[in-house]
Amino acid sequence: MRVLEVSDLVTGFPAGRERIHVIDGVSLYLEAGETLALVGESGCGKSMTALSILRLVPRPGRVEAGKVLLEGRDLLSLAVPDMRNVRGAEISMIFQEPMTSLNPVARVGKQVVEAIRLHEKVGVPAARERTLELFRRAGIPDAEARLDAYPHQLSGGLKQRVMIAMALATRPKVLIADEPTTALDVTIQAQILELLRELKRDFGTAILLITHDIGVVNELADRVAVMYGGRVVEEGDRSQVLGEPAHPYTQGLLRSMPGFATAHERLAEIPGVVPPPAEWPAGCRFDTRCERVLGHCRSEAPAATPVGEGHRVFCHAVASEIGEAP
Amino acid sequence: MLAYMLRRLAYGGLVVLGVLFFLFVLFFAVATPDDIARRALGEKARPEVLEQWKANHGYDRPLWPWQSFDDNLLFDHYRRMLTFDFGNSDADDVPISRRLREGAGASLSLTIPIFVLGGVLGVLLSLFVAFFRETYIDSMGVFLAVLAMSVSILLYIVGAQYLIAKLLRWFPISGFDPDPAVILRFLALPVLVGIVSGVGGDLRFYRTVFVEESSRDYVRTARAKGAGELRVMVAHVLRNGLIPILTRVVVAIPFLFTGSLLLESFFGIPGLGSLTVDAINGNDFATLRVMVFIGALAFVVGQVLTDLSYSLADPRVRLE
Repeated sequence: MRVLEVSDLVTGFPAGRERIHVIDGVSLYLEAGETLALVGESGCGKSMTALSILRLVPRPGRVEAGKVLLEGRDLLSLAVPDMRNVRGAEISMIFQEPMTSLNPVARVGKQVVEAIRLHEKVGVPAARERTLELFRRAGIPDAEARLDAYPHQLSGGLKQRVMIAMALATRPKVLIADEPTTALDVTIQAQILELLRELKRDFGTAILLITHDIGVVNELADRVAVMYGGRVVEEGDRSQVLGEPAHPYTQGLLRSMPGFATAHERLAEIPGVVPPPAEWPAGCRFDTRCERVLGHCRSEAPAATPVGEGHRVFCHAVASEIGEAP
Repeated sequence: MLAYMLRRLAYGGLVVLGVLFFLFVLFFAVATPDDIARRALGEKARPEVLEQWKANHGYDRPLWPWQSFDDNLLFDHYRRMLTFDFGNSDADDVPISRRLREGAGASLSLTIPIFVLGGVLGVLLSLFVAFFRETYIDSMGVFLAVLAMSVSILLYIVGAQYLIAKLLRWFPISGFDPDPAVILRFLALPVLVGIVSGVGGDLRFYRTVFVEESSRDYVRTARAKGAGELRVMVAHVLRNGLIPILTRVVVAIPFLFTGSLLLESFFGIPGLGSLTVDAINGNDFATLRVMVFIGALAFVVGQVLTDLSYSLADPRVRLE
């Protein structure tokens, strides 16, 4: 069953008289209990997709079109108070920067208690008791004393554990994890990934994992969606996308990853840089950096081409190859 | 923390000593002891009366230690201020400590309402404007704030006296009576002017603080866990914005005692502000130096209180 289904999402920011669409027709879905990794370079729209799902796009940006269905309910048409009851209760989010994502002047226990009491009618002592359990569950050592700690008294890893405890406090159906390990030391990253894997198993929460780290994808993801220039360019099971990447961008991305390139081989790079949203080409967004450009790449956005069971790719070159092959 | 406070107070002591020195130098750069005596006795006073007055008030001594190390006005100035031996006014020989006691009540009855009402109004208005940041409500708020800041307080005073007191006759133009039954009638106008003239600057400053806090990551976290906008603004943004706001507010608290120079003199309120203005106009060195000394102490106390309030408001701050 699809717990979350995003279709044709468009999010724009005003730029002079025009609007720039930083998310331009993104569709993806999340089966109950599975982990979908949303992968791409900085600025491709991964985080903005997450914020659009929660309707937290910073002003003056806004979601302009599309649907975000949570178990069939369209979040984009909910009234504000109803949306508030979704945030933190049915969909929780953890952020990239544990250092700054907690309120610096409030004790961390109190912040988790707040998250619980925003959605459930429980007293402070009961919520505190549950927070203590969550802290233990999130592997926070000396949890009882840490309830009364301020964020600056905790390490980055511990702060991220607090964030995770807070996100899971209300047993959400969907957890959006936006680069949850990027700001952490490598050894701490492994611990946090291990924690997420355990929690996913025990709580059955579906996770939308936003990352640019293929290592993290390999650790955690069931399926992968690759984003480039505000669009999804390839989508499929982890083994399909990482094992048989079809889109020239995905192929380039994987070739540039140390773990996936052959030893002693010089790492490949994708020539050029990601253009800023205002300069995105009209047709295929990868057009400016692609090795396999065809004539109509420049003018027409590619449609989805199935290349395997549940494996889709948005590329004219792949489409024409498949069209010719049989 | 105690050690830190003591160190700050010791530095503050140096500030006070410096203020007393510059006050002495500046005062006697523009006025001589003869001028003080003439202002007290009148222009037509005979020379021997002036000499007698100077002798009675100690102004017959030399100013500087190098003229007479044992008996000079500068050392006497320090001795009397540092022992809080304020003496009598040069203008009318009334004990200055009595003046302070009498004037403090009138000053506080003016400054405390301005401070409290103006502060609350400033914070509420700026929260409101920051809540609507980047909309026309916000731009209008900022525009009005800058406009309000740009108008001289003198215009507010004269305008309020003309419109509200003279034309509408709602309140007296000026005057003061400490009787609780009528004191509000006299205070309403100066308090209003005090609030209106200050709220623009407050609004602009607090709005900047709140808008900046609103864009922080922890605010996004609060929204992501389902907090409503009101809760986000009050429990998270206001609470964090308190830290920079305290800088502006706490430092002003000790100055509540010294009153307001302009409001008191224009509205005829016999507080410490108008006492200071009268002392300046009347070459009353004895009174003026006490007011400046108290102002310097208020400054030092305000600084220390600000540091203290930081450590209370922000768990990251420890005074070491």
